[in-house]
Amino acid sequence: MKATLERLKGFFGASDEVIQRDDLVFLTVDKENLVSALTYLKNEAGFKHLVMMSVADWLEEGKFQFTYHVNSHELKKDIALRVFINRDNEDMYTIHTLWPTAMVYERENREMFGINFPGCPRVEENFVLEGWEEMPPNRRDFDTKEYSDKTFFPRDGRTTNDPREYMKEKLYSEEEK
Amino acid sequence: MVNWKEDRSKFPEKNPDGTNKIDLNSHKFVKIWQGPQHPGVTGNMALELTVQGDEIMESKTHVGYLHRGFEKLMERRRYIQCFPICIRVCVPEPDSNEYCLAAAAEELGGIEVPEKAKWLRTLALEMARLANYLQWTGGQCGSLGMGTVGQWTMYLRDYVLDRFEELTGGRVYHMYIIPGGVRSNVPDGFEKRMNEVLDEIETVMNKDIYNMMFNNAVFKTRTVGVGYIDPKIMEDYGVTGPNARAGGLIKDVRKDYPYLIYDKLDFEVAHGKDSDIYTRAMVRRNDLLTSVSLIRQILAKMPKDREIMAKMPNVLHWKIPKGQTYARIEASRGEFGYFMTSDGSAYPRRIVVRGPSYTHAMSLFEKMLINANIADVAATMVSLHTCPPEIER
Repeated sequence: MKATLERLKGFFGASDEVIQRDDLVFLTVDKENLVSALTYLKNEAGFKHLVMMSVADWLEEGKFQFTYHVNSHELKKDIALRVFINRDNEDMYTIHTLWPTAMVYERENREMFGINFPGCPRVEENFVLEGWEEMPPNRRDFDTKEYSDKTFFPRDGRTTNDPREYMKEKLYSEEEK
Repeated sequence: MVNWKEDRSKFPEKNPDGTNKIDLNSHKFVKIWQGPQHPGVTGNMALELTVQGDEIMESKTHVGYLHRGFEKLMERRRYIQCFPICIRVCVPEPDSNEYCLAAAAEELGGIEVPEKAKWLRTLALEMARLANYLQWTGGQCGSLGMGTVGQWTMYLRDYVLDRFEELTGGRVYHMYIIPGGVRSNVPDGFEKRMNEVLDEIETVMNKDIYNMMFNNAVFKTRTVGVGYIDPKIMEDYGVTGPNARAGGLIKDVRKDYPYLIYDKLDFEVAHGKDSDIYTRAMVRRNDLLTSVSLIRQILAKMPKDREIMAKMPNVLHWKIPKGQTYARIEASRGEFGYFMTSDGSAYPRRIVVRGPSYTHAMSLFEKMLINANIADVAATMVSLHTCPPEIER
């Protein structure tokens, strides 16, 4: 594990090491070094299992954070590689050649965050949303309230009544008074 | 005796890259949909199948029928308000979601959980696993037309839900595990009643269901050698849990990364090597019985102290320090995890759910169905134990 981390830092320029737990280390790599670093981790260092690939939106800093989380069953350790890319119209490299299952993650993130992955098969197909024309919904600046107000027919809110008056009106008709 | 063997030399026609050649205009192919409403599909998802005869040439999984945007909803809520949402990610086994979310928040917030709470959490997680496996056993038999087993397992599951009601107040959704500990202690006489349920489950599983399911000629013919997953592709396709263990890839988070009190309990990880539907069913049955044994051990060894909740500030004023972490557990379907990003405010920045079905039901299942028979689709799908809400979140 130590040698792997040294190699990642020395050869692939990984930085900002955060040891979250004994079995989980976060490292930040450049976008250009990502695919080669993951290839090294999978083919040489034994980190064969892609646990997950996720995106977090840092709207204030104008960045998307990718996290590629890989696991080694032999070492019982996890390494999570963080990659920061610009929020505006930047593409990301695809890793479907390393893990076929990454194709689904990439398809989902294209739909939910609007990040393109050139070269990934079937990436342009709809994943969850069909016929969606708005801003990708998992972006921080997508306003769910505004969207629902605009899309769905506005209904009257609930009315409240004073129970005493209301019951009187319901139970006793005008004539009885 | 007629020894008929089909000629596969010209059929199916292949593309240069090894995939099946499909020409929809040739009138040799038919596209059929299995789902989104179909008894042979777990939950609501659709399979778009291109078939020639009764052989599947291409399969595509379509999801989105259960999308409610849990991850997005959680970004706009305080940590405690996330709990009623996160449990909806998996209906048959909601406790794994509660635990992952609570564990991730505790790790980032540096909260120590009392010892008793750890035992109670393990109890709830194992009971959920037991209930979910019982439901699955019925589903697997139902997918092959043996509805009787499903009725037996559902009444057994109902007994487990009764015990959940005693312990947590809820039958299906419990919201029992929250940051800092658990919500309530075990009621009086719980141990005795739980043991009665476990005895009944063990008897029925070992006798009636074993004979009806594993010694059944129909079940064996339909499952042995069907739905094979090559162990070599398991790591590439992210296969975990019983699906991986049935192929000899022995992965179990309870043993590999012991959480809660699993290192104090004595258990063996069930596994097989044939990697077909029958082996997966057998692994799940053995896992179910392991769960029964674990619950007995927990009830016998549980400490008697009363403290079940750490001292926490007002729930509406929680702020989790900035950071990221990944909490994982072994759910009944495989490795289940929550990746939490906190920016130091009262709301989570982003929570990503890693459901085992995400990899099993999408890329793996699409690959498995090629050249399979239409009649085997339902059994194969149930044998992967997929749960669509985990895919679309």
